[in-house]
Amino acid sequence: MLEIKNLHARIAEDGTEIIRGLNLTVKAGEVAAIMGPNGSGKSTLSYILSGREDYEVTEGDILYNGESILELDASERAAKGIFLAFQYPVEIPGVATMQFLKVAMNEQRKYRGEEELTTPEFMRRVKEAAAELKISPEMLKRPLNVGFSGGEKKRAEILQMALLQPQLCVLDETDSGLDIDALKIVADGVNALRSPDRAVIVITHYQRLLEYIVPDSVHVLYKGQVIKSGDKSLALDLEANGYADIIGAAA
Amino acid sequence: MNIQTAITMTASETALVDAYTAQLGELPGDGAVLSARDALLNALKTEGLPTRRIESWHYSDLRALLRSVPAFDTAAFAEGVEPLAAGSSVVRVLNGKADVSGAPEGIHIRRYGESLVEGVAAADLVERGTDDAIGRINGTFVRDGFEIEIPAETVLEQPLELQLVQSAGQSHSRFPVTFGAKSKAVVIERHLSVNDAPSLVSVVSDLIIDEGAEITWIILQQQGSADSHFGQVNFDLGADAKLRIFVINAGGKLVRQEVHGVTTGEGADFQMRGINLLGDESHTDVTFTLGHDVPHTTSTEIIRNVVLNRAKGVFQGQIRVAPDAQKTDARMACNTLLLSDDADFSAKPELEIFADDVQCGHGATVIDLNPMHLYYLMARGIPEAKARTMLVNAFVDEIVEELEDEAIIEPLEAIIAAWLEKHA
Repeated sequence: MLEIKNLHARIAEDGTEIIRGLNLTVKAGEVAAIMGPNGSGKSTLSYILSGREDYEVTEGDILYNGESILELDASERAAKGIFLAFQYPVEIPGVATMQFLKVAMNEQRKYRGEEELTTPEFMRRVKEAAAELKISPEMLKRPLNVGFSGGEKKRAEILQMALLQPQLCVLDETDSGLDIDALKIVADGVNALRSPDRAVIVITHYQRLLEYIVPDSVHVLYKGQVIKSGDKSLALDLEANGYADIIGAAA
Repeated sequence: MNIQTAITMTASETALVDAYTAQLGELPGDGAVLSARDALLNALKTEGLPTRRIESWHYSDLRALLRSVPAFDTAAFAEGVEPLAAGSSVVRVLNGKADVSGAPEGIHIRRYGESLVEGVAAADLVERGTDDAIGRINGTFVRDGFEIEIPAETVLEQPLELQLVQSAGQSHSRFPVTFGAKSKAVVIERHLSVNDAPSLVSVVSDLIIDEGAEITWIILQQQGSADSHFGQVNFDLGADAKLRIFVINAGGKLVRQEVHGVTTGEGADFQMRGINLLGDESHTDVTFTLGHDVPHTTSTEIIRNVVLNRAKGVFQGQIRVAPDAQKTDARMACNTLLLSDDADFSAKPELEIFADDVQCGHGATVIDLNPMHLYYLMARGIPEAKARTMLVNAFVDEIVEELEDEAIIEPLEAIIAAWLEKHA
């Protein structure tokens, strides 16, 4: 589903290279965890996948379902099924949450040549998904993410993911700032989306989230490269021994 | 005629003077009104239209900006439209001719043309000061409008819409309105154009708001892309009275909307909200002055501007606090979303405070859309153009929401969305 080949990318503004020859393949149905110390390029990778304009790809390619997505903007990538759950969801005063959800769902449908949702159908879907994630109707009445607690923001991200039904889900440190109950709710939301034709990339610092979202593969990112890949035991190994040995071995 | 002109007149100034001569037989009024008109025209003639050397016109050099003045077009036809808010009472001024049919029960209303003919209007036809170009133009040419009195304790359940539709030529109207003690009303002063033919419209509204009245006055200006629009609201706000003025500019080529007021009774509260949607090569100026003349009065002004293309915008806000007006609380903010490199906005706040126990503040911001907001919306599949429109809408809808009446909010938001769709 996703094939990243020798990717090099830098910050557009100052030219700082963050991703330096990254290779990664994620198959349909797979849950891949990406771990790594601070500053290794994990969040940058998620931004580049979703099409944030502050980064430039200078070399290599990203293939999604066999096609390069480098020329697509963020909205086109999203409409093709790539979803990024933000580490820091953005507060947008003045934009009503419900209006935002409806526009996002219908714009994606339009892009794919599908009929727009009727209002009752839209309401039904939001109600169902919100109930699963314990999101109150009051929260949905507020402007987008405004005044949401850290945990509420993360749940709102998973709600959007559930409603948009993406093919490739990228979760950027979705566990940060969550207490254990919220973590379970979020993990349940993600697990509910696991399916043979959907792939999930979980970016995290900690093994803890991976107890709830069990990965098929684990990749260690360091200085903009994947320096080691393995199965879920690699995450346990990292939890126990830290990154030093792996970084030392790769150097 | 042997009047010494101190200046070489521009084409527009000449056109105004010639229009007066041509219209003389048509303009209503007795001898007193006629001499008031003559005096105002004379001032225009000798001083000309204001230039940037006149401080209150510094950012809107009217002499340079008013390139042409359309002739009066008495044959032009204009038709009324449905009210903005369903259920409103509507009285119309079509191409400058007023008609009181449609007025609600319980208020006193008559055509301003009658006040001119009787001569009682002569006292209105004076300039605010030597920089009062709008007062001069309007007073010289005013033909009609409405004189309205809302009796004390009267509550208008539905908005009253003053609908001005202009198809071509000029129209100059006046609305002296007295709101009696403890009356409540929402008035919508709505300016429309039905075509692209250039027109020049001036309106002066003189509002007297008696003790304890609660009034909302909404000015919705949607004139054509070749039109000049000069509006002026003067108000006198009595004790414990509340006045909210909403100014929404979404049209016109050259626009100046002035709001001038004084608080004359303790406990008075004034609120102004402005939305300026500026596109193409238009020039739009909102100029506001408020005198807190007595103690214990409050005011807040929030202006939001969206500036596109090569449009230019101006906001001037002056708050004066008189020496004994202690406990005044006045706040003013002007926020501008500048969406093009060629767009231009000037904000000039002025505070003149002569009392020592007051709270006054002002702030101005100029920003572009937040790139993080844009990215977030796009990352959910919303195309860039749509995402931009949503964010711009959010910036101004916050102000509209303050009206708290869905019957007015919905059509206003639709007008704003349609404007953005067309221009952004």
